[in-house]
Amino acid sequence: MTDKLKVEALSAWFGNNPALYDINIAMPEKSVTAIIGPSGCGKSTFVRCLNRLHEEVPGASSRGIVLLDGEDVYSPGVDPVLLRRRMGMIFQKPNPFPTMSIAQNVVAGILLERRMSKSEVEESAEKYLKLAALWDEVKDKLHKPGMSLSGGQQQRLCIARALAVEPEVLLADEPASALDPISTAKVEELFMDLKERYTIIVVTHNMQQAARISDKTAFFLTGKLVEYDATAKIFTNPSRKETEDYVTGRFG
Amino acid sequence: MAGSIKRSGKFDIERAFRGGTAALALSVLVLGAIIVYELFSSSGPAFDRFGFGFITSRDWDPVSELYGALPFIWGTFYTSILALVIALPLSLGIAVFLTELAPVWLRGPIGFMVELLAAIPSLVYGLWGLFVLAPIMQEHIQPFLAQYDYLPFFKGYPLGLGIMTASVIVAIMILPTISSISREVMYTVPETQREGGLALGMTRWEVVSKVVIPYSRSGILGGVILGFGRALGETMAVTMVIGNTPQITMSLFDPGYTIASVLANEFAEATEKVHLSVLVELGLILFVISILMNSAAKLLLWRMNRYGSGSGS
Amino acid sequence: MNGGGLGYGRRKLTGHVMMAGSLVAACIAVALLFWIIGYVFIKGIHGINLDFFTELPTPVGVEGGGLANAIVGSIIVVGMAALMAVPVGVAAAVYLSEYGRGLFASSVRFVADVLAGVPAIVAGIVAYALVVSRMGRFSAFSGSVALAILMLPIIIRSSEEIFKTVPNTLREASLALGIPRWRTVIKVVLRTASGGLVTGIMLAVARVGGEAAPLLFTAFSNSFWSLRPDQPMATLPVQLFNYAISPYDDWHEKAWAAALVLIFMVLMLNIAAKMYAHRRPGR
Repeated sequence: MTDKLKVEALSAWFGNNPALYDINIAMPEKSVTAIIGPSGCGKSTFVRCLNRLHEEVPGASSRGIVLLDGEDVYSPGVDPVLLRRRMGMIFQKPNPFPTMSIAQNVVAGILLERRMSKSEVEESAEKYLKLAALWDEVKDKLHKPGMSLSGGQQQRLCIARALAVEPEVLLADEPASALDPISTAKVEELFMDLKERYTIIVVTHNMQQAARISDKTAFFLTGKLVEYDATAKIFTNPSRKETEDYVTGRFG
Repeated sequence: MAGSIKRSGKFDIERAFRGGTAALALSVLVLGAIIVYELFSSSGPAFDRFGFGFITSRDWDPVSELYGALPFIWGTFYTSILALVIALPLSLGIAVFLTELAPVWLRGPIGFMVELLAAIPSLVYGLWGLFVLAPIMQEHIQPFLAQYDYLPFFKGYPLGLGIMTASVIVAIMILPTISSISREVMYTVPETQREGGLALGMTRWEVVSKVVIPYSRSGILGGVILGFGRALGETMAVTMVIGNTPQITMSLFDPGYTIASVLANEFAEATEKVHLSVLVELGLILFVISILMNSAAKLLLWRMNRYGSGSGS
Repeated sequence: MNGGGLGYGRRKLTGHVMMAGSLVAACIAVALLFWIIGYVFIKGIHGINLDFFTELPTPVGVEGGGLANAIVGSIIVVGMAALMAVPVGVAAAVYLSEYGRGLFASSVRFVADVLAGVPAIVAGIVAYALVVSRMGRFSAFSGSVALAILMLPIIIRSSEEIFKTVPNTLREASLALGIPRWRTVIKVVLRTASGGLVTGIMLAVARVGGEAAPLLFTAFSNSFWSLRPDQPMATLPVQLFNYAISPYDDWHEKAWAAALVLIFMVLMLNIAAKMYAHRRPGR
């Protein structure tokens, strides 16, 4: 398996406060990588550095190399806007655009590149809502506001919206932490399906979730990458003491 | 399928958009500069001719080219200070009522109604003052106060139109400003502060006077200064009820004149260059005073915000 | 411990008196509001009829007539002011909320705050110096400039506040979709905030629409129909003022009617804004 993403010596700061120290990690193509660790360990910052969203926060900065298919996303010629079209992102709390309908939310990213007729909008909405396993629940109310859905449905709507841009990588920042158990199960199931086509990176503080859905797991602690290995190994036979303490629930 | 992530050489809309909005933000600074420049340059001739003596001279007679600003400065400050004396206790009372006493369901509607007082146009206050308040003052309140004519405030003949009516009207107009800012800063007093006072055995009023008001005093002071600044610049209502007589008097029954009202009355008719320039200089004085008041209020409120949020959580 | 002693009784009494005082203060404010509005309504309602809105002013002693030219004039003068102040103000607010950091943004905020407190009549002087003295005559346009000077800081500050209520998660969602920041601002921030933005603009219009002071020596007044921006133009507030300080009863009646129209407009705009603010989703 080739590496879709390769991170070399990545460090990040909020103002003068360091958030990540010298991270080196590589994620294989078409797999799920889980990022685990206690809150404040830098796992969100890490994924936000991958699609260069970190730098949009006032005062935030980063240094290092992130290679997407061998191309450094931090090299001067790179446009972060184009980068983000190849890396979709799903946030902790579902955030559909409140002024748009369900269908408009799905195609929000596509509308940017070209105009779409009404039938095209519906066609695309159907395609990606099906991919996000939401179609059956919303097919009769495509023109209702996106905010009218339940939390779990909103999150899958946001996944459909991210997929519609046709990214190659999906970044998910605790995508299920604000959802009920049934919705969580649906989202997890969805990620297992999507793995066939996408490289997925999931931040989670839920270790069972990491164990269930990921191929590889990275454990972060106070801004450092402590251990990175096959998920089975991390959860059954970690090589570092801190990892073992964390996955067995002894701290954090 | 993998599109390039390299920037294309096209025109950078992102930068243009940012630059464009920044330029329009800059226009605010430019506007400030234009205001200052125009006021200074147009009042130049008057300043050259009368210098600082303009501020201390008390005679005003445009026909014989006598221009003294003192009666207007006096009238402006006198009415505004009186208005503040009337408005401050009322405003604080309203703020205390809204934060400490009123049931929660009543706070919104009452607060909104007090704010509506600020929305009524100055002209409407003037009209009401001219036809309703001034007669009441003349017939009922001033004759009653005239018994105390050993005080310098209540000398002379009760005319109705004059400093007293103007001050009361202005007090009503600045009441919402002071009360809504006081209310907001009182809301920011942490509940733990109030509970601390109650736990010491304070009555509700003691909590207000010994805990809540001291805690929010710099914010309240900011609101007071802002209200005072509004009072100084109040134009139409004052013009309609103050009697428009340039004199320096202590008596509240006497007519007076303010900077803003002389501008309202004489600017459109000023044909002589000097007269016009003198009026602009009066406007400049008003502008400088209100800028100072506003800046002071802003700094106080800003400090209050930092201080309040710093210790609040 | 002297609980229940004489000292406590006095403290309790003071407390009750002061708290009752605060209730009285609130009652006074509410009573004043109803007194003023009610009085204007009773005095003004007689003067409100079709003629008031469709006829030109008549000379003293001549029955009938209306303030049609002043009503139209106010709409034109305020409308032109809004055309100048709203785009600039909203764009400046976009800069402050989406990009504005550091000294430049702080100074723009500070100057806007300070300008918001400049007395209306000073805005009139500035417009006089900028436009009237250069054109050599009073004009509707100069009146609009004066009102625009008053509106600009109000619009900037209210719009920035509204933009700040748009949750950052929406901006990030949009950026993460590969939507550039400028389109994010237009498609997401402006659209989400549009209702609040309109409210702020309505309140600014209500605020300056009732101002007479800056128009006295800019737009001046006019007894006839005039739609030309380079000519003096009648406006409702200035007409109200001229009628109010005149010695004639029939003009006083017109002044009350004009006051009723002004108050009605201001109250409607304020209540609409309040209702909108309550309806807004989120906090």
